[in-house]
Amino acid sequence: MREREAPAELYTRRADAEQISIAPDFRPADEQPAWRQDFPIDWPQDRYVERRDFMKFLVLISGAFTAGQFWIAGQNWWRSRRGLDPVHRVATIDEIAVGATFDFRYPGQHDPCVLVRLSESDFVAYSQKCTHLSCAVIPRPEQGTIHCPCHDGYFDLRSGRPTAGPPSRPLDRIVLEFRGREIFATGVESRTT
Amino acid sequence: MAKPDHVHMFVDPRRCIGCQACVQACTECDTHKGESMIHLEYVDRGQSVQTVPVVCMHCDQPTCAEVCPADAIKRTEDGVVQSARRPRCIACGNCAVACPFGVPEIYEDRKIMMKCDMCYDRSSVGRKPMCATVCPSQALFFGTREQIEQLRPMSEPVNRFQFGNQTITTQVFTMVPRDIAQRAPYVDVTSAMAERPQGRAVALKVVPHPGDAGARDDWDPFSEVEVSRA
Repeated sequence: MREREAPAELYTRRADAEQISIAPDFRPADEQPAWRQDFPIDWPQDRYVERRDFMKFLVLISGAFTAGQFWIAGQNWWRSRRGLDPVHRVATIDEIAVGATFDFRYPGQHDPCVLVRLSESDFVAYSQKCTHLSCAVIPRPEQGTIHCPCHDGYFDLRSGRPTAGPPSRPLDRIVLEFRGREIFATGVESRTT
Repeated sequence: MAKPDHVHMFVDPRRCIGCQACVQACTECDTHKGESMIHLEYVDRGQSVQTVPVVCMHCDQPTCAEVCPADAIKRTEDGVVQSARRPRCIACGNCAVACPFGVPEIYEDRKIMMKCDMCYDRSSVGRKPMCATVCPSQALFFGTREQIEQLRPMSEPVNRFQFGNQTITTQVFTMVPRDIAQRAPYVDVTSAMAERPQGRAVALKVVPHPGDAGARDDWDPFSEVEVSRA
């Protein structure tokens, strides 16, 4: 039985395969600069995806996803190593009248927070960053709400949970500690619900 | 689906009467409703009422696609240069500036270039483009080479254009008088731009109304038409 052999150039791609448009200098496709193959004018070549290109795309994209997983794991590890939050003195109880607010920075110099005295013995403190797009929120103790003017978001003053508008996550709560008549901030409680 | 290879578009500017029917028909097409992709141009507005319909010539070397930085203008395998791909077009206007025939148009409000695509929804299923179906003088004709040879024995379809040093061959043919086409089988657009049409002065004499004093019954009004070289 005679063996049939496929021609060696069966799978080699010719530059002018199916090409109908001609370059302005009228030279054949094989003499054209390489960029012409990357930006073909003809529709069939434009839509053609080589198997090798598709595999490159798959490998690069899945590689990027894998790298992202390592990035997240690294961030978690970094956060767990950071240690306890610092303890800052905020104010004395006598400085803040009932229903008044007091601005302070915690834990860093660029983290604005707000303290509200709800009654004689009730104090709440939240990070001022709105959980929607980080605008500064403004407490309204007389209404029992915290208002974000950027997109009209509302939070409950007692719990910090969103009640209206675009925010869906509660405000970060600042853990307070009382030593004598002084108020200290000792931690940030990030909540998701 | 693709445009059949044996049918072509033939433009005969000498037959154009400027009736705007092609413009109206193009406007009614559903793929670009309300906008006409065909341009009806005056050759020399100050001197003549002669008009010429300008459709996309569907170049074999599409300059619009060559200059497109967004890779938005593509040509299907049947030789039709399509309108800009909507996701890619950035409405930069390069194509409108580069096209030697002045076909592409930028729609600034929609940020897109749109141009004549030979009514691809129609021609790809074997129908005539809108303009060719309505043209009363058949200045725009869509059919086979044999048909046009039979209909226009004095003309020859030409699809080679010379713009300075740039030579362009197109899928759309323009009809050229046979004696000229045999001398020079291409249209030299750049040198023709300096040419002026030979003017003719046509004088019509005022003819008395039949029955009035001095009127004759055997009066032939056309005998009084004088045509002279200006």
